[in-house]
Amino acid sequence: MYLLSIDLWFLLEKALLIGGIIGLSFFIAMYTTYAERKVAAWLQDRRGPNRAGPFGIFQPLADGGKLFFKEEIIPLASNKFLFILGPAMAMITALVASTVIPWAAPFITKGGNVIPMQVADVDMGILLVFGIVSVGVYGIMIGGWASNNKFSLMAAIRGASQMVSYELPMGMALLAVLFMTGSLKMSEIVSVQVQNGWNVIYQPLGFIIFFICALAECNRTPFDLPEAENELNFGYHQEYSSMKLGFYLFAEYINMFISAAIMATVFLGGYDIPFVNEASWGLSSFWMTFISFSVLMSKICFFLFVFLWIRWTIPRFRFDQLMDLGWKKLIPLALINMIITAAVMLWLNK
Amino acid sequence: MGKQLTNRGKEVDRSPMTFLESIYLWNIIKGMGITISHLFKKKATINYPEQKRSFSKVFRGLHVLNRDAEGRENCTACGLCAVACPAEAITMEAAERLPGEEHLYREEKYAAKYEINMLRCIFCGLCEEACPKDAIYLSETFAPANYSRKGFIYKKEDLVIPHPIHEKEAYEKARGGRVEINKKD
Repeated sequence: MYLLSIDLWFLLEKALLIGGIIGLSFFIAMYTTYAERKVAAWLQDRRGPNRAGPFGIFQPLADGGKLFFKEEIIPLASNKFLFILGPAMAMITALVASTVIPWAAPFITKGGNVIPMQVADVDMGILLVFGIVSVGVYGIMIGGWASNNKFSLMAAIRGASQMVSYELPMGMALLAVLFMTGSLKMSEIVSVQVQNGWNVIYQPLGFIIFFICALAECNRTPFDLPEAENELNFGYHQEYSSMKLGFYLFAEYINMFISAAIMATVFLGGYDIPFVNEASWGLSSFWMTFISFSVLMSKICFFLFVFLWIRWTIPRFRFDQLMDLGWKKLIPLALINMIITAAVMLWLNK
Repeated sequence: MGKQLTNRGKEVDRSPMTFLESIYLWNIIKGMGITISHLFKKKATINYPEQKRSFSKVFRGLHVLNRDAEGRENCTACGLCAVACPAEAITMEAAERLPGEEHLYREEKYAAKYEINMLRCIFCGLCEEACPKDAIYLSETFAPANYSRKGFIYKKEDLVIPHPIHEKEAYEKARGGRVEINKKD
């Protein structure tokens, strides 16, 4: 009987939250493409798009519209089912990863109901993110394989090996954080940081390793070898056109947004406001939720800006340099970081 | 090392990377400092259709066939400009002024047909220098884009300056500053 008693409010609440987060992801991804072009222009002493609407703010709409009206080409020799599955897979995994992120402080209604601003607060929270990110490789692999083009395939292999290699140091850097928080639950990770201070203070090395790996996982410069346009023949989406290509590119920007959100949550205290004790302000629950959400968003925007800033500063690595950095530098560093953290935690708990 | 061609040459440093260089991080941060400083620099771009950069005083643009103060055409179709033209872009046909046309043409002979092929023209300004009557000079506008080659052959009606009395404003605009520079005494 318990299973049959469906709480309609609960369903509505989650449906709204899911819709909101997906909408937000699309919106942010759209305007990250705009920001990418603007920041690129500013860093190169140019002006950037400024024709579509005031300051060019309708540029992403124009870009999207263009992609919709482009001719759709599916190569004859490709596997049609897989060819369509590839971009869909990339998009779905990008969107699903946002489920466990706590977006704001819980909202308490007048009746005393606590509504968490999180789609699912599962116990294995951060592990779930890692699982989904790993599945994201399939989007690349399937796309590259189904195109039936040797260059796409090689780019897909390149991308897959890069993502698999960088998941290792990423996971190890994260382990050191998990030693300190003692929980995989995202809400727990945030609340520990609210009490004890941000993880980035205790784990600066872990943060840097995690950040570098996040760049590599999102295929961002300097690790954007899977889609090196000029010297490596464009990459796994070479045969894609129209909105399927749009899906791949868009999924990349959503990935950026989600990884920025995860970094903000795990290392920068999530929705916590620094240096103040916001609980003592006595604000209503609505305003607390609103303020904490905007704080998280500003942290995410900061990370997104750094992503763009890095892209327009440094050239990309060579593939052997990429692998060297991952296996010979980051993994040992992450291991050392992990062992030191473990030793310190053991010593402190004695 | 040989003699340097410029004073900006630098000898290539082939010493092995130091530890700080080998982890890249410090150099990347230095590079990011450089790029962020460009964020606040003045943009070099000019918003073209809204904002136009003024040409230099001696800019040589499209040709104009001049009129005198009473609005009579100066050109006598002597052909010196066509002879001077290194690109052979100018052709003309002369005609004799008939009685009653004194208000149209300044002298007894005038150009009935005058064409300049703007695709051939190299805008050197030799026609301007060759002209004994101050009839042709190069203005401050350049040839706009066109859909066909035919559109680049400018006829006399495209070239003659607006009437200084009937269309005073358009005349001043077309005249620009260059005619003064080129004035022969």
